[in-house]
Amino acid sequence: MSRLARLLGFLVAVRAAARAAMGAAADRREPRPAPESDFDPRKRVVPSSRRAEAAVAVLLLLAALFGVGFTVIYVGLGADTQLLGVAIGGALCLLAAAAIVAGKMVVPQETAVEDRGPLLDEQQIETVVEVIEAGAEGISRRGLLIGAGGVAGAALVTAAATPLASLGPTLSGLHLTPWARGIRLVDDQGRPYLAQDIQIGAFYTALPEHSDPEAFGAGLLVVRLPANFLHLPAARRAWAPEGIVAYSKVCPHAGCAISLYRYPTYAPTSQQPAFTCPCHYSTFLPGEGGRVTFGPAGRSLPQLPLMVGSDGYLHAAGPFHEDIGPSWWGVHRSES
Amino acid sequence: MRRLLMRWFTRRARVPRVLRIALALMLGSLAIVGIAAPRSSGHAGVPSEGGPGAGGTEFNPPTKSPEPPGQGNPTNAFPDSPALRAEGFNLYQQSCSSCHGMSAQGVPGVAPSLRAVGPGPVDFYLSTGRMPLEQPREEPQRSSRAFTRPQIDTLIAFISSFGGPAAPTANPSAGNLALGFHEFTLSCAGCHQIVARGGITVNAQIPDLQQATAQQIAEAVRMGPYLMPHFDAGQIDQHDLDSIARYILWTRHPTDLGGWGIYNIGPIPEGIVAWFIGLLALVIVARLIGERTGEET
Repeated sequence: MSRLARLLGFLVAVRAAARAAMGAAADRREPRPAPESDFDPRKRVVPSSRRAEAAVAVLLLLAALFGVGFTVIYVGLGADTQLLGVAIGGALCLLAAAAIVAGKMVVPQETAVEDRGPLLDEQQIETVVEVIEAGAEGISRRGLLIGAGGVAGAALVTAAATPLASLGPTLSGLHLTPWARGIRLVDDQGRPYLAQDIQIGAFYTALPEHSDPEAFGAGLLVVRLPANFLHLPAARRAWAPEGIVAYSKVCPHAGCAISLYRYPTYAPTSQQPAFTCPCHYSTFLPGEGGRVTFGPAGRSLPQLPLMVGSDGYLHAAGPFHEDIGPSWWGVHRSES
Repeated sequence: MRRLLMRWFTRRARVPRVLRIALALMLGSLAIVGIAAPRSSGHAGVPSEGGPGAGGTEFNPPTKSPEPPGQGNPTNAFPDSPALRAEGFNLYQQSCSSCHGMSAQGVPGVAPSLRAVGPGPVDFYLSTGRMPLEQPREEPQRSSRAFTRPQIDTLIAFISSFGGPAAPTANPSAGNLALGFHEFTLSCAGCHQIVARGGITVNAQIPDLQQATAQQIAEAVRMGPYLMPHFDAGQIDQHDLDSIARYILWTRHPTDLGGWGIYNIGPIPEGIVAWFIGLLALVIVARLIGERTGEET
């Protein structure tokens, strides 16, 4: 870091020295006379090139084609994100190319030098209107260009609005997870967890037995806590047999998978156990019902009640009592 | 020589009074240590639980204990002998006892007991330079070693004499790189980043693993240093551990198919590089578009 700062300081010093030297040299030099030129900036050039106009029209129509392609891919061809990117990116690039060609070779080129006058002069307004109208002079295929521009614009607007089709009627599924009373907790190989497998200071990812592991809300975080870290709300005392607690693995902020678990080697000089989401560092206390202690998450991490069967295996003692995953306006929160 | 000595003894002290008192106190406490040391080493070489030194002091266990390497799995045998233990005991008194207690029983609120932790954590914390700490509340971080390897071995011999699980070990050449990548993704990458470049968590840093040896990796997995969770042989078996070690050693020189790796720390810095190059390109393009046609300057 300090080496970087020193390098920066050195560069600034070199720049200052160079400027000083240049300034001294410039002072000694005679002021340079303005270059003689027969170029009059106030010249008006009207290109009127039919080939350039045709090129602009072709570019606009190609942009329209790519825009329509976006909609078709989104709705009908499985919405491959890379193809979608090519389509919308291609449309915008072609539109830009059309604008560049039109600006350089189709509309009149003119450099105006204007004295600053009074702010509101009716006559000047009329002149301005005339000037603007004169901008189209020299374009022979005006109708074609306007038509092509309209088609390209319509296609792009349609493409931009297409993702609205995703706001479909699927929201009801958000309240359901595969968890229900009696379902066993298994690991990623499908082996059920014994309560005695769960060690203090380690953390485990659990999935519902005989169920799609990728289903919404399937993933669980399971840890065992000693009594001095376990301060669950009164209504949840029975949810943690032998101090084993289970929480949804989906962060209630943005839906990332919570994968950080910290557990102190020696609690008095460090921190209490916590889950942290790697995306935005929302931090939840597993001993206090998933309470948020840090980060942007707006509600506690949903807890799943557990029980230990007579066979020693870990079972869910019921479904989640609140919605899991990112919060939205209709989310069911827990009361505690 | 004798004259010199005489002068040294009879010379009027130029040391301020406060310093002299502090020196006296220090020497006094050292003397007490010296008296305590032979007493406990007379008891079968080292103090045992409930033996002298433990009486009257509360036993102060760590919040989590290292996992054993698992049945039938290879362990790392560190050198051990009564002489090493005695030497380690002396070194322990000098460098560790102020926090961990005179007989490794821990000091409540300051540092945990080291009894029954076994050789693994001692080797890990000392060989990575994480211990000794200047302040007990400091976060242990990798730094230059405070002890030489022979000194570390004496401390391992001393602490191992209290019992505890054997030190795990990992043999990267027995591991499978692809399996190591898979297991690292499942259990480690959430914190340590996918090519083991480390990161941060709330109130703590997550070390990058570029300097870790296979032995240190095995010890860290089984013990969970500082805030890290630990993993038993049921979660990460010996073959997984060998493979993870192989993968971590591979990440020191990963294959960069995309050219410049910029330390492989992920999409954000890579994106920033793209921004810099892209912004420059955009400026050049804007300059070209804005150039007047037909004008020659």
